Amino acid sequence: MNQVKEIFIIQDRCMGCHTCELSCAVVHSRSGNLYEAMAEHPRPVPRIYVEALSSGKPVPLVCRHCADAPCMHACIAGAIRKTPEQTIVTDPDKCIGCWTCVMVCPYGMVGRHPEEQKAYRCDRCPAIGEPACVSSCPTRALVYRSVDDYSKNRRQTAARELSSGEGG
Amino acid sequence: MTDVSTTKRSLDPAVNAMLDLAKEKQIDTVWDRYDAMLPQCGFGDTGLCCRHCLQGPCRIDPLGNGPKTGICGATADVMVARGLDRAIAAGTAAHSGHARHLAHTLLKMAEGKANDYRITDEAKLKSVAIRMGIAVDGRAAMDVAADLARAALADFHEKDTPVMWAATVVTKKRVALLSRLGLVPKGIDHEVSEIMHRTLYGVDADPVNLLLAGLRCGVADLAGCYMGTDLADILFGTPKPVQSAANLGTLKKDWVNIALHGHNPVLSDLLVTTAMKRQDLAKTKGAQGFNLVGICCTGNEVMSRHGIPACTHSVSQETAILTGAVDMMVVDYQCIMPSIATVAQCTGTPVLTTMDICKISGTDHMAFTEEQALAHAEEILKRAADRFEKRKGKSVTIPAVKTPVMAGFSTEAIVGALLKVDARDPLKPVVDNIKAGNIRGICLYAGCNNVKVQQDKNFVAMAKKMLKENVLILATGCGAGALMRHGFMDPAKVDELCGDGLKAVLTAIGQANGLNGPLPPVLHMGSCVDNSRAVALAVAVADYLGVDTDALPVVASAAEAVSEKAVSIGAYAVAAGLPTHVGVMLPVLGGPLVASVLTDKVKDLTGGYFIVDLDPESAADKLIAAIDQRRKGLGL
Repeated sequence: MNQVKEIFIIQDRCMGCHTCELSCAVVHSRSGNLYEAMAEHPRPVPRIYVEALSSGKPVPLVCRHCADAPCMHACIAGAIRKTPEQTIVTDPDKCIGCWTCVMVCPYGMVGRHPEEQKAYRCDRCPAIGEPACVSSCPTRALVYRSVDDYSKNRRQTAARELSSGEGG
Repeated sequence: MTDVSTTKRSLDPAVNAMLDLAKEKQIDTVWDRYDAMLPQCGFGDTGLCCRHCLQGPCRIDPLGNGPKTGICGATADVMVARGLDRAIAAGTAAHSGHARHLAHTLLKMAEGKANDYRITDEAKLKSVAIRMGIAVDGRAAMDVAADLARAALADFHEKDTPVMWAATVVTKKRVALLSRLGLVPKGIDHEVSEIMHRTLYGVDADPVNLLLAGLRCGVADLAGCYMGTDLADILFGTPKPVQSAANLGTLKKDWVNIALHGHNPVLSDLLVTTAMKRQDLAKTKGAQGFNLVGICCTGNEVMSRHGIPACTHSVSQETAILTGAVDMMVVDYQCIMPSIATVAQCTGTPVLTTMDICKISGTDHMAFTEEQALAHAEEILKRAADRFEKRKGKSVTIPAVKTPVMAGFSTEAIVGALLKVDARDPLKPVVDNIKAGNIRGICLYAGCNNVKVQQDKNFVAMAKKMLKENVLILATGCGAGALMRHGFMDPAKVDELCGDGLKAVLTAIGQANGLNGPLPPVLHMGSCVDNSRAVALAVAVADYLGVDTDALPVVASAAEAVSEKAVSIGAYAVAAGLPTHVGVMLPVLGGPLVASVLTDKVKDLTGGYFIVDLDPESAADKLIAAIDQRRKGLGL
């Protein structure tokens, strides 16, 4: 069965290199390559964010595309909808730039494009199969899997840890 | 069965055949490791990461969303200029390290401590000594050699005179220009060291000042290269045209195959001459004899002087081992991928490191010394013969791909060939043909094969186009390697590859030299330090015309560059005034000012500039346009 995939973050693998941010901005640029993107206007911006905690630990965050998305419910212009692929998207033509979506997003994942003055967020790179952030992450801290698949994997890891604990 | 993805990796069928074999045997090569590395980091790619201090690492966002300076406040231009300077310094350290090794060898020989070496080219010893202001008349050659070696070693540090191997090898006009710009190096090591100083935390933060220092270090690199060529010629002979062959087909199943890999002739030349004398060591083990083959620039050194065939080059070095036919790979230093140890473990091939600065885990090491050179060479031959005995009768995979090569075109050899055309005025035929347009210009191909480019693609596409446009092509290093493996050094290919004007020139020189045919389409000038030979030729032509090198229709290209040595060579080509193409992205794009200085503004200072173009067709067009512009400047 073809289940919807999510971008999951394996926090302890993130080294804070910001490659995901860069490749995200580039893949959303007009040219699609870094050398040309550097000269583009409007300036290409990332949709994934590597936040730093005071401990120095880097934490990547990206839109969760919530099943019951607060931003979608809150949008006064009706600009936000869910695609059949379960991706939350903002229609820039309808967006009035009121930033209500920004206020209600618990993760702070909605950005305000500096030149276009429209809200933007992760679109999971529908044109390229696997999101650019995932395929560019050098430590595989980002994975693109269904919830079932990810949970199964997680259970396997936990099971191995438990059983090795018993053996030790 | 040929896999499509494999054939995309190289233009060389022998390499692709070996990559199919690697795939079948599940042995990773440089191409697999590159695939695993993709996509590569955009901060590094644009030169916008810095690890020069412990507050770092810092990176500047090339798209302008994140940090715009490093923690210390270094701007993007400062960051990329510092990075470029350090690359130039590393390249300079390597070329001049190679030269210093030769200088020590020469001195030990002159002092009677390294008796396995001799002065092979006394005429060159004298001419270099005279250039360096060392008295030669009535003196014993060994005394002159000792003085020359000391003069070479003195050029590494600051002294009363500038670096003599720089100041005496360019045109007088260029010396004046470089002096005016403050680009004459004070000492080779001094320039490398000063770059390390000025790129330290909290020193030079002026991108243009940093770039000028990089250019000066580039001039020091020219000195290191030139010295390397001079001293190697004195010790081992100045190359003359010689027949040879290239590609994996030069390996021979029933022979003791020894692959010489690295850069310096100090050991490899001795191995060649010793193997010629000690074929008995191979025959007693049931082999037909020793078959020595070269890889990279050690290969170019022994090909130029002894006609030793080249097995493969640069990015495809692992394929030599994959044949299973190499009985020992003997390496010195530079461009030796550590992965050869892993590949060699898969095939059971012994790899022997020989220099104390270049050991590789998983290989054997023999601490080579010049004092014991012959004994070490014989020991290596014996070990290789022993290994052959174990390999004998086992299956090997040697692709039947081999191209004829005519190599050995040192500047002296080219002038020598021209003397046969005009005994009184040897440069006249070249200059006349440049004026008449039979030679539209001259292009030097240098540098490496980069895994980011289909192997040899840029060299082959550009050389094809430029030869048809009657551009005389010189080649060194693995650029020469690429072109020789595709037949560009086979005189029989002149008809197919060259434009009519160039064809006539190559044929006339060939006939005058009793070759019964033309010179090869591309002239092999030697290893990467031998880019100095191309400088020597350009300087001779410039002096003949009474102009500086930046007026000549001479261009250079490192079409598939890898090593920091290619960056330092590029720096001195630009300092000498040449339009210099690089066929892969330099990590400077993140600094817009630096990028514009390197590709444009520097023209106003030295006359040279970088052309960064990843497309070989348009790069060739740009180089031809640069040649035409210079012809126009000369009134041609």
